[in-house]
Amino acid sequence: MAVMTMRDALNQALKEELARDQSVFLMGEEVAEYQGAYKVTRGLLEEFGPKRVIDTPITELGFAGLGVGAAMAGLRPIIEFMTFNFSILATDQIINSAAKMLYMSGGQFKIPIVFRGPGGSAYQVSSQHSQALESWFAYFPGLKVVMPSTPADAKGLLKSAIRDDDPVIFIEQERMYGMKGEVPEDEDFTIPLGVAEVKREGTDATIIARSLMVPAALKAAETLEAEGVSCEVIDPRTIRPLDINTIVESVKKTNRAVIVEESHPFCGVGAEISAEINERAFDYLDAPVKRVSGVDAPMPYAKNLERLAIPGFDQIVAAVREVSYL
Amino acid sequence: MSSQTTGRSEKANPSAGSSTAVLETERHERQQSAAVEEDRDTLLKLLKQMVLIRRFEEKCAESYSLGKIGGFCHLYIGQEAVGVGAISAIRQDDYVVTSYREHGQAIAKGISANAIMAELYGKAGGCSHGKGGSMHLFDKDVNFLGGHAIVGGQIPLATGLAFAAKYQETDKVALCFFGEAAVNQGAFHESLNMAQLWKLPCIYICENNQYGMGTSLARAMSLQNVAEKAYAYEMTSEFVDGMDVLAMRQATQRAVKRAREESQPTLLEARTYRYMGHSMSDPGNYRTRAEIEKYQERDPIKIFTASLKEQNIISDQDISNFEAQVKEEVDGAVRFAEESPEPDPSELYTDIYSNPLA
Repeated sequence: MAVMTMRDALNQALKEELARDQSVFLMGEEVAEYQGAYKVTRGLLEEFGPKRVIDTPITELGFAGLGVGAAMAGLRPIIEFMTFNFSILATDQIINSAAKMLYMSGGQFKIPIVFRGPGGSAYQVSSQHSQALESWFAYFPGLKVVMPSTPADAKGLLKSAIRDDDPVIFIEQERMYGMKGEVPEDEDFTIPLGVAEVKREGTDATIIARSLMVPAALKAAETLEAEGVSCEVIDPRTIRPLDINTIVESVKKTNRAVIVEESHPFCGVGAEISAEINERAFDYLDAPVKRVSGVDAPMPYAKNLERLAIPGFDQIVAAVREVSYL
Repeated sequence: MSSQTTGRSEKANPSAGSSTAVLETERHERQQSAAVEEDRDTLLKLLKQMVLIRRFEEKCAESYSLGKIGGFCHLYIGQEAVGVGAISAIRQDDYVVTSYREHGQAIAKGISANAIMAELYGKAGGCSHGKGGSMHLFDKDVNFLGGHAIVGGQIPLATGLAFAAKYQETDKVALCFFGEAAVNQGAFHESLNMAQLWKLPCIYICENNQYGMGTSLARAMSLQNVAEKAYAYEMTSEFVDGMDVLAMRQATQRAVKRAREESQPTLLEARTYRYMGHSMSDPGNYRTRAEIEKYQERDPIKIFTASLKEQNIISDQDISNFEAQVKEEVDGAVRFAEESPEPDPSELYTDIYSNPLA
């Protein structure tokens, strides 16, 4: 184990997978000579050369589609979006080409590709550069959607995503790149996709959180423990396919569920998880399922407004108290 | 001669307004000189393939009106020379990726009429197992990589196939077909920029049939000579008579040579015309009967047949022989499609993921 940032854990995963498989290449804006807009790809050009670490023009639809075409020919592209905000330009290729190719070709063309980059809220960059898009991608059968919340998860999940034979949307939280944690250095270390992790065990309420909201949920759980409320914190890690069983089993035990997300509430992943809990564990619930979400407004610039737009510790504590009737 | 341009160095494309007159001359000159360079088997194969596509598409129209084929169905009648000529210039291990008007190109690349017709019928024996339909024909064995139904969506894919061919150090090329309306999409420009920047062995073939659904070229494109758009990327381009199968074959051969030997992309603009509507549901009120008839006078099958007969390369007997063979092949395809079973209901949930995890 070594202590490192999420940025370095991701870098290590990329490095190990590029070394492991010649069919893997990395492409995106500023990934090579600039060393990555967020330095996730630092040193990769030097180690693997310009054939495998490729700077692109600012042409998201184009290089996303190029990646899908290369995957059809047997390569395993890693396509970096400088941020997922720019993936919006590439959604035709992600949704209409990558997600559907295997199905509409009757199983002939698998698309082993990873679309990765930072997503979610950033710091004071206003509406177009600070948003959570996971529910868009999770909507589509054919895509897998992964969101790590620790450096170790980031490394293990990214390695699995690169080795996976399907298109994977891998969303790294922009505010979490500097987060430190213990990371296994074993080159064979991977974390399977589609498996949730219980980040903290508890008996009185289940908090389901992902990405940036996991540390906030764990902090809230600590405070609530001191008040005599034992919270179980579950991180799905993979949004699609969702490990709903782990969530439902926990709710059956605690009888209370709080879902935390930084995304907008409407048609969000939290709404889906809430529906699943209601369908599968309604009789076990002692209180209605509660969602804690980002506000239903575009992200503002002003620091005070931005703080109000993103949920955190206070809202999670309040929500757990609410479902506990405290 | 078809006009050829290399980057900005030459400017030789005819203006859109006089294209018909220019095409007449070009076709005549090229075909006279070209036919003698090809062996008889090749010439016959080209003609037979065009006739097969024509009859296949006519049968599709019939089956569509009988309700046997559903959804959207975009026919290739009138454009046969483009797909047949171009695909005759590549190898089986080269890639073809195209739009939703792709039955003809699928036949030319080697998917059987049976498997295509069964796909159109939504049957398990179809080349995409009944899950793709008319707009999504695929066959990995012959490197036919689809039928894509978002206008221009296949252009970045082709660029990626060419990227992979180079990355994997093969000498394969990617052939990408699209209509002229796709040229107005960002995907076209983004792809050409990358292809020239990275010297990818991709051949972009714009089938300019002069209508994007019901909107004429003049109403949709500020610069109507598609081949000239390559100047913006310093890419080699050619303007080709898309009604002349040999002109298409030879222009593509030149592009394939550049792609294989120099890893350079090419844009070909094939001026052509579709006789049928955009799809089977299009009554075609945006153009006149006279306009269609004008182009039918230059029908690619008619002019190629006349040329081969004039040069005593084929006889009327040859023609009636292979017309009979083609009829049998198309009728056989319909029988195969009729008899092929529907996909099993369980197929609804197969092939969503290669590795479903659950």
